[in-house]
Amino acid sequence: MISINIYRYNPETDQFPYMQTFEFEKPKRDIMVLELLNQLKTKDPTISYRRSCREGVCGSDGMNINGKNGLACITPLSSVIKKNKLDLRPLPGLPVVRDLVVDMTEFYAQYEKIKPFLQNDTPVDIGERLQSPEDRDKLDGLYECILCACCSTSCPSFWWNPDKFVGPAALLQAYRFIADSRDTKTAERLQSLSDPFSVYRCHGIMNCVSVCPKGLNPNEAIGEIKSMLLSNKNKKNIITSDKVG
Amino acid sequence: MSTLNSSNIKTLEFDVLVIGGGGSGMRTSLELAKSGLKTAVVSKVFPTRSHTVSAQGGITCAIASADPQDDWRWHMYDTVKGSDYIGDQDAIEYMCSEGPKAVFELEHMGLPFSRTENGRIYQRPFGGQSKDFGKGGQAARTCAAADRTGHALLHTLYQNNVKEGSNFLNEWFAVDLVLNQFKEVTGVVAFSIESGEVAYLKAQATVLATGGAGRIYSSTTNALINTGDGLGMALRAGIPAQDMEMWQFHPTGIYGAGSLVTEGCRGEGGYLINKDGERFMERYAPNAKDLAGRDVVARSMVLEILEGRGCGDDKDHVYLKLDHLGADVLNAKLPGICELSRTFAAVDPIYEPIPVVPTCHYMMGGTPTNIHGQAFNIGSDNNYIPGLFSVGEAACVSVHGANRLGGNSLLDLVVFGRAAGIHINEALKSGGGVADANKDDIDKALDGLNKLNESTSGHEVSSVKKELQEVMQNYFGVFRRGDYMEKGVAALSDIREKINNLYVEDKSSAFNTNRVEAIELQNLFEVAEATAISSLQRTESRGAHAREDFPDRDDENWLCHSLYDPTTKVLGKRHVNFEPHQVEAFPPKIRTY
Repeated sequence: MISINIYRYNPETDQFPYMQTFEFEKPKRDIMVLELLNQLKTKDPTISYRRSCREGVCGSDGMNINGKNGLACITPLSSVIKKNKLDLRPLPGLPVVRDLVVDMTEFYAQYEKIKPFLQNDTPVDIGERLQSPEDRDKLDGLYECILCACCSTSCPSFWWNPDKFVGPAALLQAYRFIADSRDTKTAERLQSLSDPFSVYRCHGIMNCVSVCPKGLNPNEAIGEIKSMLLSNKNKKNIITSDKVG
Repeated sequence: MSTLNSSNIKTLEFDVLVIGGGGSGMRTSLELAKSGLKTAVVSKVFPTRSHTVSAQGGITCAIASADPQDDWRWHMYDTVKGSDYIGDQDAIEYMCSEGPKAVFELEHMGLPFSRTENGRIYQRPFGGQSKDFGKGGQAARTCAAADRTGHALLHTLYQNNVKEGSNFLNEWFAVDLVLNQFKEVTGVVAFSIESGEVAYLKAQATVLATGGAGRIYSSTTNALINTGDGLGMALRAGIPAQDMEMWQFHPTGIYGAGSLVTEGCRGEGGYLINKDGERFMERYAPNAKDLAGRDVVARSMVLEILEGRGCGDDKDHVYLKLDHLGADVLNAKLPGICELSRTFAAVDPIYEPIPVVPTCHYMMGGTPTNIHGQAFNIGSDNNYIPGLFSVGEAACVSVHGANRLGGNSLLDLVVFGRAAGIHINEALKSGGGVADANKDDIDKALDGLNKLNESTSGHEVSSVKKELQEVMQNYFGVFRRGDYMEKGVAALSDIREKINNLYVEDKSSAFNTNRVEAIELQNLFEVAEATAISSLQRTESRGAHAREDFPDRDDENWLCHSLYDPTTKVLGKRHVNFEPHQVEAFPPKIRTY
């Protein structure tokens, strides 16, 4: 048997959250943590968590699994069980709605803040905008983000300043548009990140890199943004666009 | 919790409600964002969690990148043939001819398509594609962002909805349609999953963009959320469903897990082998081989398994071989597939083949609509249901007929999402709209929710769901037989009683997924029953509907849509459109690959 400890909290009935232990027969074949939760839910239908694609592409089931953030659907039980025990908690740092479900409002607000859409004022008459394969390659490792929030909610800087520090997930997307040869608002994008909090609160702790279930590297993208902010060329661009804007 | 009624819930009023935040819903809302109409997207998950995210291989469209001579008419020919001639040719013509505009729009919005050396959008070969109306060999017409095209498309649409300030009701669950005394649709009753708050969402136009319902089967590529909620609501409201016997079984679901392995693998040069290592598709489809229509490939795989040439200890699957493509191609073109098969099959395709098996993938049927997304009732094609629209997989417009071609679903989403948005904008601004519903109408739509909320005993959601899925898997799979299907229909009528008496143990308001799953199961059941009855009554084999007792296509009796009436459970027929506007119709021919 293995002991599964699940963080429980129902705002209507519980004054405080608590850990509930379920004894679970060790499955013969390895299963994912999500499948474990699905099986537990057939016994206790009140356990609440988000899930959708069950294959690691929709980003619904980010949670804290034995102390480390990850996606339940692509985390094999065998890789996380320690001493026949498993602790499942909600993503840290965000308000808990119920059980393993967190309120992601602040996380999404940071995403919207970086203007996560292509900006290009030059109209295209016919067909697509051209982009060389080399320029397109620059988006690899950036566009694949699934907004699961595993990175931002593992980041101490985001815990302290979730309203002012943009956080690794949204900064990765900020750089995804800065790096896109089709986007013409690089100067404005950098300008909007140039305050002391938005990007500079990243201290290179690298939790984001170690937890990303897609193997992405927000730290590297943040480094690129910082060096662009610091380079003289872009400083000049920022001043110019300020005057224009 | 007190019984809900029209006087104790609040009313939120909109011009347009889009139910569903996947590709088709968000393309509709994007079109409406600039219209000035008050629109809300009602999505049971945050939009980027929708199932469009799992689409891999691409969006098929004649943008003439891989082949400068490519022509949307060739794409149309392939789609008509792929549909086994029951796709509506006016709709297919519209999709294929408008397609390039829709794909270029996506690129302008920022979709990170893969590129060719000259900077254009990369296109790969997919099944059922040809040049020159089937005479010029294999075409490469599927526009791709590596093997993550659905993810890229869904995020791009969400991003542009953010840009345009679209209004989202995220994690709101639509329960039932509200119909007024004239049987016009005036909105839905819905609840916030987060808080449990229930509201009547009132609108002049309600768009069902709720996707498919692959979870009626126990083995499916579909997300856990694909429970046919829009179709379930429509069927409960007495609105018909078209071609519900037509379910696509994708040839390559990962054995055991069900996750999709894109047809793009075979487009890039991968192929299927049996236990002897034989490339068996050469026997079944000598020309197109592994790139024949999905229905053809799926049936060939099942025959290999039935004849004892399956792989593994139980000889119950086959292998998809990719290692000969080399690590460079796999990492550049199919990185997501490598990741999925390492995770779910414990196999690295760079070195070993992936165990695969045909797996339920796509619902060709749905709520019948015209090209503007207007839903219609039984009767004539002009018998529209005022206030009701449907787009994407939930709808049956019908561009896929009896078998969808790979890459055509993403095109369907954006072309018809956009078309519905344009039409609704014009219609509402020229005075179209619906009469108000009265208290009784709203109360009626709350009946089902009240019953679940007040249940004190009854059947467990999870066990009834399992039972339903097993019936569908056993009796309505790749190959079908009348006597088996009769057993299946009988089993479903037993399950109906349980569906009407589900027990929701969790009575709390906040994030009550027990309640959500109960309603989802009721929706699945409506879809399953429509599927079962339609499958039993279509006495021929066509496209994805393959019957051992009626092995041949029967154009004399069945060159038509089926139209299931949920009020009588009788299957009617509806004519197929053979009147495209810009080209001559493609007449039915024997379908070989």
